[in-house]
Amino acid sequence: MSSDVVSAGKALLELDHVTIKFGGLTALDDVSFDIKEGEILGLIGPNGAGKTTCFNVMTGVYQATSGAIRFDGRPLAKLQRHKITKLGIARTFQNIRLFRSMSALDNVMVGADVHSKVGILNALFRTPRHRHTEAAAEQKARELLDFVGISGRADELASNLSYGDQRRLEIARALATGPKLLCLDEPAAGFNPAEKRQLMDLIRRVRDIGYTVLLIEHDMRLVMGVTDRIVVLEFGRKIAEGTPAEIRDNPAVIAAYLGVEEDADAS
Amino acid sequence: MSTAGTATSNLVRSGLQSFHDVSSSLWARVPKPKTKKGKAAWIVVGVVIAYALPLINLPVITTTGSDMASVLYDCIGYAIVAVGLNIVIGYAGLLDLGYVGFYAVGAYTVGTLTSEHWHWPFFLALPVAVVVTMVSGVLLGAPTLRVRGDYLAIVTLGFGEIVRIVITYTDWLGAATGIKAIPAPPSIGPNPPGPDGGLFDIAHLTWANGYPEVDPTKKTQFLVFGVIDIVPFYWLLLTVLVLIIVGDRLIKASRVGRAWEATREDEDAAEVMGVPTFKYKLLAFAMGAFIGGLSGAFFATRQGYISPTSFTAMLSEMFVAAVIIGGAGNRWGAIVGGVLVAYLPERFRNFADWRMLVFGIALLLLTTFRPQGIFPARATRRAVRAEQKIHELEGENVDVI
Repeated sequence: MSSDVVSAGKALLELDHVTIKFGGLTALDDVSFDIKEGEILGLIGPNGAGKTTCFNVMTGVYQATSGAIRFDGRPLAKLQRHKITKLGIARTFQNIRLFRSMSALDNVMVGADVHSKVGILNALFRTPRHRHTEAAAEQKARELLDFVGISGRADELASNLSYGDQRRLEIARALATGPKLLCLDEPAAGFNPAEKRQLMDLIRRVRDIGYTVLLIEHDMRLVMGVTDRIVVLEFGRKIAEGTPAEIRDNPAVIAAYLGVEEDADAS
Repeated sequence: MSTAGTATSNLVRSGLQSFHDVSSSLWARVPKPKTKKGKAAWIVVGVVIAYALPLINLPVITTTGSDMASVLYDCIGYAIVAVGLNIVIGYAGLLDLGYVGFYAVGAYTVGTLTSEHWHWPFFLALPVAVVVTMVSGVLLGAPTLRVRGDYLAIVTLGFGEIVRIVITYTDWLGAATGIKAIPAPPSIGPNPPGPDGGLFDIAHLTWANGYPEVDPTKKTQFLVFGVIDIVPFYWLLLTVLVLIIVGDRLIKASRVGRAWEATREDEDAAEVMGVPTFKYKLLAFAMGAFIGGLSGAFFATRQGYISPTSFTAMLSEMFVAAVIIGGAGNRWGAIVGGVLVAYLPERFRNFADWRMLVFGIALLLLTTFRPQGIFPARATRRAVRAEQKIHELEGENVDVI
């Protein structure tokens, strides 16, 4: 599947003139862009540009002051967070937020439980429905742990995993919710170059098996190397949008952010 | 802290540490069941011993000052409460300091239905009591579970007190005088509750010279719920405990248990991973209330008399202490905690004047040296082990969680 074909797909998530104000502070100012089915979209910008705010408004943590967000043609406003997850948006956290004293497998199974209809009575009487759902969830969880490359650590506590494995576990947990859109919030933070390369591979593989990916990232090489399109934010406004090559040559972006960062990276 | 103080605390610490080492090495030598069958066999043996405990009157552990069966009944009562509260505190991570409120609602529903206003049989009143308590749990939880942490603790503490005070000033509920003549569960067998009632008699043992003998003076009639012999009550309640343990296990090892744990670990992350956290917190509250109400109902039928003074905030604190001492998040820990909290004061009645002091010191020592409880959840144990391994490998101080 070539990225040119997929980026012509229909819009999965649309931000339509979204503004968010916290008191006097405008965190997002009239931001519009969309994420197309099957692509990897990069969202970049200097610190405080509003990337994470953007993320949070998509996943229901914040409500937009004005404007609309549509996912798969459905407005997301006023939906509870777990319902947004159920619709098909999953995310990871910038500062890892695993269920620390649960095993890696259980962490992923929590994600897999999203579409489960098993309630307390099913569990208490061990009905066939409970057994089927449980077995399916466990199998899915094991496959995902294998997919992200930590299948050997399924029974370890999340808090005992290495930093890199914790990041991978977060991705597996998010994928277990069966999302249409996977949002990664700085998944490479704190990684060394070798780990970053592995992560890039993983993100590509995630896209190749049919997920749409939104990536927030500071590391330019990673963003340029893996994304199909990039949206650039600065001070809550969108200043550019385009392919990595276009963004690299965009004077506004270079002025705002890239120039400094690229130099720093090159040195 | 002065040098002497530091030295003492180091001494205490090293003493406890060596005790811990010895006990864990002893524990390592206990043959561990290798198979599922072996484990099941151990459980059966344990259950049989538990049922036989008031009959065989083992030396040393048998209380001298008070009737062993009543003490055991209280122990099981506390254990049930601890298992219920463990769902709320240990699994879902909601600090509930007003659990006695549910206990009181269960007890008073039974009291009202069987004695004060109607004359229902106990086993008809029991399900009603449980349902009423669950409803009260949902009514308390729905508005209050939106607050977290310490705030929830304060709100629930208030609930426990409100229940007690409302009862004290409500004539319909017997006010301060309480409710009398709450009937016991119906006896089984011919001619109850006469002197030779029940289906058959069961002998007790006595340990005259260190050897067991059949006690000619004591017999338990199967199954007569009387005032003098508490053993049948104990058996009934132990059966309830076993059923609750089974139910707790089934629910914990399911989607529901995972959702509770995820909520406890990180409520926001759980919500974003698709767990309707509010619903599950409410469910934990309702399940906790269910078990608390059940326990209160059995308290009422055993005592035959309840009054508001039986349901003070102090009792709530004992319940929480039971869960924390045993190890929050582990049902066996909670059971051990419940049994200890009920048993130790009775076993050491001679020191009754000192017992709150001793209890306080014990709690302080526990929270200082073993904050995860006597039998912490398996996950916590594994985390601690992993930290110790790192400690050994790195040879430097690593903070244990």
